[in-house]
Amino acid sequence: MLTKLTGGIVYDPANKVNGKKKDIYIEDRRIVSKPRNVAPDQEYNIGGKIVMAGAIDLHTHIGGGKGNIARMLMPESHRIDPVAHTNIKRAGTVHGMPSTFTTGYRYAEMGYTAAFEPAVLPINARQAHMEMGDTPMLDKGGYVMLGSDDFFLRMMTANKDQQAINDYVAWTLRAAQGVGIKVVNPGGISAFKFNQRQLDLDENNTHYNVTPRQILKSLATAIKELGISHPLHVHGSNLGVPGNIQTTLDSIAGVEGLPMHLTHVQFHSYGTEGDFKFSSGGAELAEAINKNNNVSVDVGQIMFGQTITASGDNQRQYANRGISSPNKWVCMDIECDAGCGLVPFKYKDQNFVNALQWAIGLEIFLLVKDPWRIFLTTDHPNGAPFTSYPHLIRLLMDKSFRNDMLATIHPEAQKMTTLGAIDREYSMQEIAILTRAGAAKITGLENRGALGKGDFADITVYTENDNREKMFEKPDYVFKDGELVVKDGEVVKVVWGTTHIVRPDYDKSIEKDLKKYFDRFMTMKVGNFTISDDEITEDGRGSLTVHPTVGEKT
Amino acid sequence: MTEITEVPSPFCGIGTDDLAIKVNGVSIKVSKNGCAVNTAAFEQAITDTSPRIDGKEVSLKQAVTRASEILRNANQPVIGGCATDVNGMRALMALADRNGAVVDNMNFTKARANFLALQDSGWMNTTLAEIKNRCDLFVVIACDLEVFAPRFYPRYLWNKESMFLDDTSAREIIYIGKAPSGKASTSPKKIKAQVLECADVDLPEVLAVLRALIKENLVIAEQVGGIAVADLQMIADKLKAATYGVVTWAAGALDFPQAELTVQTICELVKEVNASGVRCSGFPLGGKEGDQTANQVCGWQTGYPARMRFSSDIPEYDPFLYDINQMFDNGEVDAFVWVQAFNSSATPPTGGRIPTIVVARSGMTFKEEPDVFIPVGTPGIDHAGHAYRLDNVVAIRLKKLRDSGLPSTAEVLTAIEQGLVS
Ligand SMILES: [Zn+2]
Repeated sequence: MLTKLTGGIVYDPANKVNGKKKDIYIEDRRIVSKPRNVAPDQEYNIGGKIVMAGAIDLHTHIGGGKGNIARMLMPESHRIDPVAHTNIKRAGTVHGMPSTFTTGYRYAEMGYTAAFEPAVLPINARQAHMEMGDTPMLDKGGYVMLGSDDFFLRMMTANKDQQAINDYVAWTLRAAQGVGIKVVNPGGISAFKFNQRQLDLDENNTHYNVTPRQILKSLATAIKELGISHPLHVHGSNLGVPGNIQTTLDSIAGVEGLPMHLTHVQFHSYGTEGDFKFSSGGAELAEAINKNNNVSVDVGQIMFGQTITASGDNQRQYANRGISSPNKWVCMDIECDAGCGLVPFKYKDQNFVNALQWAIGLEIFLLVKDPWRIFLTTDHPNGAPFTSYPHLIRLLMDKSFRNDMLATIHPEAQKMTTLGAIDREYSMQEIAILTRAGAAKITGLENRGALGKGDFADITVYTENDNREKMFEKPDYVFKDGELVVKDGEVVKVVWGTTHIVRPDYDKSIEKDLKKYFDRFMTMKVGNFTISDDEITEDGRGSLTVHPTVGEKT
Repeated sequence: MTEITEVPSPFCGIGTDDLAIKVNGVSIKVSKNGCAVNTAAFEQAITDTSPRIDGKEVSLKQAVTRASEILRNANQPVIGGCATDVNGMRALMALADRNGAVVDNMNFTKARANFLALQDSGWMNTTLAEIKNRCDLFVVIACDLEVFAPRFYPRYLWNKESMFLDDTSAREIIYIGKAPSGKASTSPKKIKAQVLECADVDLPEVLAVLRALIKENLVIAEQVGGIAVADLQMIADKLKAATYGVVTWAAGALDFPQAELTVQTICELVKEVNASGVRCSGFPLGGKEGDQTANQVCGWQTGYPARMRFSSDIPEYDPFLYDINQMFDNGEVDAFVWVQAFNSSATPPTGGRIPTIVVARSGMTFKEEPDVFIPVGTPGIDHAGHAYRLDNVVAIRLKKLRDSGLPSTAEVLTAIEQGLVS
């Protein structure tokens, strides 16, 4: 079937198309060039409407054990806004950590067609894939967490060579079916199990005598040498600690030019100036990003209101337990693999720290110059739910709106931010880079996030509106793999996306060491640890899409 | 005959996955690493293979059609048991959502104390591999662990090697409440567990005093529930001196009113040991036969654990109101589905003369024959699947061991759901 979208204004940064009137043809899931002498079977007249690729969220906690603990911990959140089923949609809940089906529908209804779970514990990867398997409408994938797992730390202590580390990283990606590697508070989750309550970049894990800096370097090198497109995804040391901007700058220096993605960097950009000994490191951070082309960031913007923070970083979550609101929290040590911590948070605009966090996130967005190296996230649900993205886009695109909001926050925080003096407003094309082309590029997705010939027809159509929040919260049409799935902001067809993975080669002899290690110390056989392809595909909905490593691309 | 190795078990809850199983046609023999729980559960023979309506053998299609009819005409259907694998539970949730049913896991009332404690104040917990490699002090509260999970001690405490302990046989074991019924807790060096016995009804008081001692609050009493306060002080001191203490309990064994307050006391005292500057973790025991699986799947699909309902087209959770036994007593149910793919002796509660559909492991026998009985395969024997271990983090991949021709729970429930649409 041939479908034609007629007369839209297209923003397709991947193909350097910037607001040009252009027809789009879709056939057999993909975008095709204008066919000769063939009339379309279906035509959508979208004259004057804004057309972008489907949006991609490269960091959002949508699947995995800690998210499910977050759901269980907060029934009162879910009671606030339940969603009824319809003939095609399942019932669910939204507030806090939403249910899986509702997550998929809501993302699609905002024009998103892919989302990546950034904290997949290898031992819990099955659950992450099962939850994502129950998340409709979206393509998905996971970054697999390493760096506090005992197998890796034993290798580091034993001074195993880089090749062996690479083999282990590649094996883990295969076993856990991941698309990238994440490190969370490098070595710190392990250190907490040895009763270290904090861990600086150059501080030793007392058992292993390994520092976070060494872990970063080792894993970033492995990613580079294995040719994995997505840079090492780093949740740095000292999350939330005033003064951690220095840790973040030192981490950037520490990887010595290797590709690195710093996630929810807002939480890692704090100084210690001022009466409250808490200040913005936004400008310093942005300057470092502008100077270091090897580094990309996503922001982790906070928004005011109730949410729950869900993190693998149980060391820092434990430290933050005192400010949980409501006063209940969970920390777990997990399977000599990692950990997790759940701390409910209520960000308040009249709280100095929260207000400044809000401003710091926006400073970073506006001061980082290269839109291909910064991404739009709230670290859902940690900074705010993903449903606040349209509001965030308006803050970025509309200076007077932003300044109106700024005028309402804690007055001392207003004094401590340069936000009011920043004139930049994001253009439509820049938003398309942050949320589409750039995100597809940095996660290594082939033929996604773009509207050229041969690209998958993941397409979102909006009606132009000066109120950008209104515009981005309710697209007219969303197409997933060429099918119309959302109309007027409502799901009209439920579809199931693919799971993106990478499979770099590795020397199989690592499996001998792993078998021995599992038999001696773990609680399952290594063969039962590995996730087989059919576990993802056997339900008839799931599929796997393997993306090439950098060396394989020509 | 074939032998299949590294077989994971969905029955014992602790995720043993080193069983060897000999399969001969449809008969099964555990040839290695069996235990009192697993061997019987794996070896149980298939007896029925045909569905029944009112006791008469029918085709699967007829049984499914009848089940759909019963549910289609119901005002308040309930689905109980919920003992199946992940895909079975997914199908169960889809059916419940479409049908406006109550979903109630059969062991929810036992697990409820944990959920209430979690949802009120949270906890700090650990998992099996951490225990195996780190735990130097293991405190068991009011539970006969070796009966609950016969292989727990040999697999997770008296294991020969560990990453962080020089001598695993030097781990210290303490029981508070019930004394162990056997000798599994005695170390390989013949050192017996220390036991501070008290009656279940005294546990709240005993644990409250232990918590007070950990917090270094003044305790004037010298004895509580028959236990000397000095002995509890010694436990408090040991928890604070341990490298990685673990406190375990089984909510299901705390069989007294407001047991959630006792679970909360345990969770809070663990937090307080951590606040004193020492690591310590809780470890809830429970979750056999798909309990964790039911709560996990229900959790990610609705935001709530598995005692909830779709009666108003939205998910609603209430840990008390949607107890199907209570709903039966109140006459609130007019159709009942019982799902139990693991254990044929876990028969449905009787709800009086309510139209009943049983989707269960072959071999279930009834005092009162249900309107519809559909025997299904057992996950991990008759079909592949996924099940959660009791620590709730690890999902194990269950294997298919034989070709029995029995349908899976998921196939049956999905077919019943389809029957509601058409
Ligand atoms: Zn995150």
